Amino acid sequence: MGKILMKGNEAIALAAIKGGVDAFYGYPITPQNEVPEYLSKHMIENGKVFVQAESEVASINMVYGAAGAGVRVMTSSSSPGIALMQEGISYIAGAELPCVIVSVMRGGPGLGNIQPAQGDYYQATRGGGNGDYNLIVYAPESIQETIDVMKSAFDTADYYRNPVMVLVDGLIGQMMEAVDFDRPVEKRDLSLKDWATNGKKNHPGKRNIANSLHLGAEILEDHNKNLKKKYDRIKENEVKYEMINMDNPDYTIVAYGTMARVCRSAIKQLKKKGIEVGMIRPIALWPYPKKAFDEIPSTCKGIMCVEMSMGQMLDDVQISNRGRFDVAFYGRYAGVVPEPEEIVDAIENFEEWRVE
Amino acid sequence: MKVKYKKTKGLTDKPLSYCPGCTHGIAHKLVGETLEELDMLDDAIGIASVGCSVFAYQFFNCDMQQAPHGRACAEATGIKRVLPDNTVFTYQGDGDLASIGIAETIHAANRGENITVIFINNAIYGMTGGQMAPTTLIGQKTTTSQSGRDAKSQGYPIHISEMLSTIEGSAYIERVSLHDPKHVIKAKKAIKKAFTYQKEKRGFTLIEVLSSCPVNWGMKPIDALKWVEENMVEQYPLGVYKDKEANNG
Repeated sequence: MGKILMKGNEAIALAAIKGGVDAFYGYPITPQNEVPEYLSKHMIENGKVFVQAESEVASINMVYGAAGAGVRVMTSSSSPGIALMQEGISYIAGAELPCVIVSVMRGGPGLGNIQPAQGDYYQATRGGGNGDYNLIVYAPESIQETIDVMKSAFDTADYYRNPVMVLVDGLIGQMMEAVDFDRPVEKRDLSLKDWATNGKKNHPGKRNIANSLHLGAEILEDHNKNLKKKYDRIKENEVKYEMINMDNPDYTIVAYGTMARVCRSAIKQLKKKGIEVGMIRPIALWPYPKKAFDEIPSTCKGIMCVEMSMGQMLDDVQISNRGRFDVAFYGRYAGVVPEPEEIVDAIENFEEWRVE
Repeated sequence: MKVKYKKTKGLTDKPLSYCPGCTHGIAHKLVGETLEELDMLDDAIGIASVGCSVFAYQFFNCDMQQAPHGRACAEATGIKRVLPDNTVFTYQGDGDLASIGIAETIHAANRGENITVIFINNAIYGMTGGQMAPTTLIGQKTTTSQSGRDAKSQGYPIHISEMLSTIEGSAYIERVSLHDPKHVIKAKKAIKKAFTYQKEKRGFTLIEVLSSCPVNWGMKPIDALKWVEENMVEQYPLGVYKDKEANNG
């Protein structure tokens, strides 16, 4: 296929098809509309399922149904829409069903605006649904990386029987880049979905049930323990991050997604000024790359967390840092994307941005 | 020795969790028998809802999913679209379907989703202890309408079958009652018809089943059945509200 120029949201849709998606259920919301628009045409043309639901609440429950039935299923939405899906996401996680949820973040809280933002880090990594559960969350920084993540997301979801979220912002969704859909991605050894609720004829001798209800306290505790074991396995195996210029940095930036893209430019400008700045770029936000922080050389003068929010990933940065280095935070939010110069300035005035 | 009657294969051996005198058990039996008689047990996927029937996944002898409150029709849509040749049904109460899940229900009907909905209308929230439902009759006392439902502040009993019959995607809508054996037999016929329509891929089918809730109504089981007959049937007239075949040929 070679490289083609493509808009982020459409690339997400095509990458999902390449990743083997069988069904899409979704509801319109800016800035992700090109995802369902593209899929509405291409899924139906290819004999796959596309349904525009009556709400995000319905969408995620359609996803629950189809995931239980054993097919590769996804939805896509943006911040307020993802908020509405939290109930369903919790049930899907509780019933241990695989699916892919794309979240194209916009400004908040409330209706906020439709500009790019990263204010849903908590929503993605802490979850707004009830109970002890985790999603595997990827936060790619480019359209190419988004494609690569999307293509393997269904495998990852199936492998762990867990929802996977692909978290980007409106900038990645709306911009165009030259991308390659044929880059190889990791394939996993997947077992048959013998748990699927697809009719007893497909699994003679047993009745399959998709369920998150366990009324006995000890029974539910056992279920939660099993979930915890799975989450521990994910923490062990699925940490994904990039270390940039981390040999001997004066400062270390921690940023993800679009923000990491901007920080790359800032790092180049700082180098010209004689300031060496490295970057830890989490590609998976959950599980969080805590161990990357152990690799920061002790000569580093401080960590600067940069986000398009008021400081949400900052919590994980501070937890991972364990008090070793001074930590500073620089953020623009509500749809404002910082210029590289602002980040250069923030590093040069590190003390001013220090947080306790 | 000739076997005259035996338990349907459509239900598991799990003892039902319903209160004595409640008609959920009869409704379960009718659905179970239907699935068995139409040879659907091996391809059916049922959706249990939230309310007294939350444990329905333990009772129907087919694959089951347990849905969040009100979302059964969305979940059924998700399944049916990817498994169009399987039988998909939901079993929902009036709190679940007519209150929190009314949007999912109407839109599933409007899309003509080829699913069957068993809608149990007992005019009250059973599982949570007898609160007012959208189907509660005017003047009916519940734990959240202690002086009786007052239309001025609490609205009117909602008529699901009448409403859904106006929707193009509905193929078969009938309201039945379980208050006496004659009506139980009629209810069985209606349920069987709905599942048959699904098999024939005609569209959305819903059977509204008037049921009793003796515990939360504060009545003896027989008095509760009498109350269904004398009060609920008046408010919710029985009959076929939509039959696409009969209407449109």
